[in-house]
Amino acid sequence: MKKTILYDSHLKLNAKMVDFAGFMMPVVYTSIKEEHFYVREKAGMFDVSHMGEFYVKGKEAEKFVDNIFTNDVLTQKDNQVLYGMMCYPNGGVVDDLLVYKINRESFIMIVNASNIDKDFEWATKNNIFDCTLTNESDKISEVALQGPLAEEILNTLTDYDLTTLPFFTFQYIKVNGKDVLVSRTGYTGEDGFEIYGDHDVIAKIWDEILEAGKDNVMACGLGCRDTLRFEVALPLYGNELGKDITPIEAGLSFAVKLNAGDFIGKDVLVKQKLEKTKRRIVGLSLLDKGIIRHGYEVYHEDLLVGFVTTGYKSPSTGETVAMAMIDRPYDKLKTELTVSVRGKMKKVVVRNKKFYQKSYKN
Amino acid sequence: MSKIIEGLYYTNTHEWVRVEEEFVFIGITDYAQASLGEIVFVELPEEEDQVEAGEEFSAIESVKAASDVLSPVTGIIVLINDDLEDSPELINEDPYENWIVKVELEDKTELNKLLNAKEYKEICE
Repeated sequence: MKKTILYDSHLKLNAKMVDFAGFMMPVVYTSIKEEHFYVREKAGMFDVSHMGEFYVKGKEAEKFVDNIFTNDVLTQKDNQVLYGMMCYPNGGVVDDLLVYKINRESFIMIVNASNIDKDFEWATKNNIFDCTLTNESDKISEVALQGPLAEEILNTLTDYDLTTLPFFTFQYIKVNGKDVLVSRTGYTGEDGFEIYGDHDVIAKIWDEILEAGKDNVMACGLGCRDTLRFEVALPLYGNELGKDITPIEAGLSFAVKLNAGDFIGKDVLVKQKLEKTKRRIVGLSLLDKGIIRHGYEVYHEDLLVGFVTTGYKSPSTGETVAMAMIDRPYDKLKTELTVSVRGKMKKVVVRNKKFYQKSYKN
Repeated sequence: MSKIIEGLYYTNTHEWVRVEEEFVFIGITDYAQASLGEIVFVELPEEEDQVEAGEEFSAIESVKAASDVLSPVTGIIVLINDDLEDSPELINEDPYENWIVKVELEDKTELNKLLNAKEYKEICE
C-alpha cells in the first residue's frame, strides 16, 4: 500500500484512513458533513497526492495530446487547463483528465489515481509522435484548497496576485518561497486551487495553509470530496464514466470538440453527438424514504431502464438524489420511475442533475 | 473509547439487546454508530414481521454507505421506533436510548448465545 507524504499529518489529525486505488488516504477527519460545509462556506484542504501526472515533451507533443484527447488542444492557450477524456476507438472512456499546456512542446496530463498504470500504458502505446511521455506520479505531491475563502488564504502566502489568475489557468509561482505549480481548478463546484510540487514542498505547504487559514480552513477527506463533486454533477470515473460509458452519454459533450483534430474515438462520439445516444445520465429525486446508491437498478413499471451511478442524501440541500444512466425515452424530465432498494421498489422522478449551483470566480 | 453499558446483551456485529420480561429492545452500539458516522436514514421493518437470529431486519444509511442491522434473536416485531423515520440522527446522539425495534422472543434461551458487556468490550478493542 502506498502512502502520500502527508500520511503522518493525516494520522495526527485523527483521520479515518482507507485504501483508495492502492493508497492509504483520509476518508474523513471529523465528519463528512462538517468538512462538506467548510468547503461550501469557508475553505477545505484535500491531500490529492494520489492523482497521476504524466509529462509530454518534444516537437510533436501537441499532436500527440490532440490524438488521444477529446478536447481541443490546438486552440488551447499556453497556461490554460482543459478538461476532457481519453477514449477507446468505440467511444468508451479510458479516463477523464486535465491537460495543462505549458507550450506546444510541453504538456502535463493529470489522471485518476485508480487509472495511472492503464492510462500510461494506453498513452505510451499511442505515442507514435516525436515526443517523450513520462510518468512522474511518484515524484509529485498535490493538495487542493477549495472554497470561497481559498483565494484569500492562499494570497497571504504568495507575492503572486491570485485574484488575477483566471479559472482553468495555471502559473508556476512561489508559495512561501517554494516553487509550485498552482491552477485555479478543483473538483468541488467551489472556487479554489490545486497546488503541485515536490513532496517536501507540499508537506510544508499543507501545514502553512492550515496555519494561515486558522479557523477558516480545515483538512477534508475523500468522503466529502465525493459528496461535493456529486452535488454539482461532476463525474467520477467508475461511476458516471467508464469503458462502457461514452462522454456523450455522460452529458460531457462540452469536453468533446468536433473541431479538434482527429482523436481516437472521434467518429463514434461525433455520431452520438449529432444523432443522440440511446441513454444518458440524468438526475433522480427520491419520492419515498430511503437512500439510493451506486449500482441500484432503475425500472419503468416492469422494464429495467437503467442504473444509479451515484446517490446521496445531499448534505447541502437535504434532498435524497442520485445521478443515473437511463434509457431514452424514460430520461425525460418528470418521468416517474422506481429504484430497487434491497428488493423494495421506491418511487423516483427524473430531474435536472445539478443538485447544487456551482460558484466559480473569474 | 466507545461507550458500553453493563446489563445489556451484545453481538459481534455490534447490536445491543435490552431484555424486559419476554420482550427485547434492539439497537446498535456506540461503536457501530461512531464507525458509521452521520446517519441519514434508517430503514425500518414493519410491526408483526418475523425476525430470525442472524438475519438482517433493518438497514442504516450513513452519508457514505448502507449497513445491515442483524437481529440478535428470533421472534416477532411488536413495535418499531418510528421517531427514527424523521430523525435518524437520534442513533448518533444516543445509540442506547434510541432502540430500533421491540421484539417478542420466541425462545428466551437464545439470549445465552449473546455476549455480555465484558465480552463485547474485548471485541471493540
